[in-house]
Amino acid sequence: MNTGTSNYIKLVVLALATLFTMIAASYARDLAYQVHMIIFMIVAAGLFLTTLRATDEPVKPIPTNEYFDSVVRAGVIATAFWGVVGFLVGVVIAFQLAFPQLNFEWTQGYGNFGRLRPLHTSAVIFAFGGNALIASSFYIVQRTSAARLWGGNLGWFVFWGYQLFIVLAATGYLLGGTQSKEYAEPEWYVDIWLTIVWVAFLACFLGTIIRRKEPHIYVANWFLLSFIVTVAMLHIVNNISIPVSIWGSKSVQVFSGVQDAMVQWWYGHNAVGFFLTAGFLGMMYYFVPKQAERPVFSYKLSIIHFWALIFLYIWAGPHHLHYTALPDWASTLGMVFSIILWMPSWGGMINGLMTLQGAWDKLRTDPVLRMMVTSLAFYGMSTFEGPMMSIRSVNSLSHYTDWTIGHVHSGALGWNGLITFGALYYLVPVLWKRERLYSLSLVSWHFWLATIGIVLYAASMWVTGIMEGLMWREVDANGFLVNSFADTVSAKFPMYVVRGLGGVLFLAGSIIMCYNLWMTVRAAPAKASLGTAVPAE
Amino acid sequence: METYSLLREFADSWMLLVLFCIFVGIWFWVIRPGSSAAHDEAKNMIFRNDDRPAPREEAEK
Repeated sequence: MNTGTSNYIKLVVLALATLFTMIAASYARDLAYQVHMIIFMIVAAGLFLTTLRATDEPVKPIPTNEYFDSVVRAGVIATAFWGVVGFLVGVVIAFQLAFPQLNFEWTQGYGNFGRLRPLHTSAVIFAFGGNALIASSFYIVQRTSAARLWGGNLGWFVFWGYQLFIVLAATGYLLGGTQSKEYAEPEWYVDIWLTIVWVAFLACFLGTIIRRKEPHIYVANWFLLSFIVTVAMLHIVNNISIPVSIWGSKSVQVFSGVQDAMVQWWYGHNAVGFFLTAGFLGMMYYFVPKQAERPVFSYKLSIIHFWALIFLYIWAGPHHLHYTALPDWASTLGMVFSIILWMPSWGGMINGLMTLQGAWDKLRTDPVLRMMVTSLAFYGMSTFEGPMMSIRSVNSLSHYTDWTIGHVHSGALGWNGLITFGALYYLVPVLWKRERLYSLSLVSWHFWLATIGIVLYAASMWVTGIMEGLMWREVDANGFLVNSFADTVSAKFPMYVVRGLGGVLFLAGSIIMCYNLWMTVRAAPAKASLGTAVPAE
Repeated sequence: METYSLLREFADSWMLLVLFCIFVGIWFWVIRPGSSAAHDEAKNMIFRNDDRPAPREEAEK
């Protein structure tokens, strides 16, 4: 099909979308839906106009002898931006918990903890982590396939479509559009939009692998592909819901009761397993060897790591539902698989760490590598802590306490955060063709601020979590509970302040990173151009 | 037999066996003789094609 015809199809689709969203905005039954339809309308109308203006203009041919790096650059910027936003909201809600006065009267219904908390979790997981994953998977799959990203400008659709999803999710939470499923809060039409974007993402990724010029599919691509495919499956199954009205955001889940809870935590735990673990392991298997300038320690181990992770992770979800209406056999199954999962996790950690074998001295001189190695250490720590907490008797103490929050953050800040920072420090000089980073000492500052921040965070949450768990179960000689809930809340206050300070340090580190990356693009010396033409082979 | 029982019985017998055999098979596939050369080749691939895609090989077409 020539571009002329495809432009006309695009115009028709965009015009219909604009018209439909206009009608939907005027019929809207709730505020979140109305705002979202207006956002859709503005986007569709804007795209209609730009497509119209470009119609019958000469089309620039897509250069097949270059990588599609502009979309990766945009992804790097978006990752850094959403990271700072997500960490900032996290710091705000941490202090809201310590000082409830920060739930200001004038923000009631929009800016209080209940509304901001999903904004924080989605901003860091899906906006920061998701953009990091999309950008690095586009980067990695092109390099390891020795082929340009498949799909022409489809990569741009994935990038901007994903940003639109983030904006819809974030504004939806503030305005109360949520289906109340943890990490899957967006309502039905946002879910449909994400499905479309995700299928395009899969097409770009798989298309590139199919057209690869390398005989072998590098292990990072296996992890990234499993992340894309599994997240698609999880997202669709967990979001099977029927809208109450096509003109409103409210929907009703098809599953009910304990089935719904099980589907939710099958989703929720595998979102951790495949989004935050498999996807970031894909980044690890590419960026750690690249930064260390050594191939991965054992390729055999990496293949076994991959398959063991795939075979085991999917069963671990029920450990979120110990002592609930879920049958005992199901929660035992989840517990057992969670414990077995410890082995492949540590296999992967050892594989990453041992990649530095013979190059450990680089840790002294290269703070970026230090960051990556620390992230692997946090990966090892949280994949030990997780299986331990999934044991039923440990869970009876830890569940519903701050210990869980501490565990999640040692994984998310330590493993996901630090490996992403490492990847950004690697990518920016390469993508903007700079000789080096602007300042290595700023990277060191970032490293120490982030690490100390995580330690403050995790340690304070261990203390307060175990304390409140013990306080909840404490009974006197007559069998009566000793503490009221409010007693635990006031006992936790000092630890909440420490946690907030840890968050401030982590946020400060990320702002330093943004400055450093900005100055790398602006002020670091440009890489000397090779100036050689591609040899005609 | 109701669907639940049927699926449950299948899942914890034949399907379990198949998945277990696939998993064990992967181990043997990974450590098969002669795989080391292929793995060495694969793990070093990230150090080439950094700047631009591999040139199109017209001979293949």
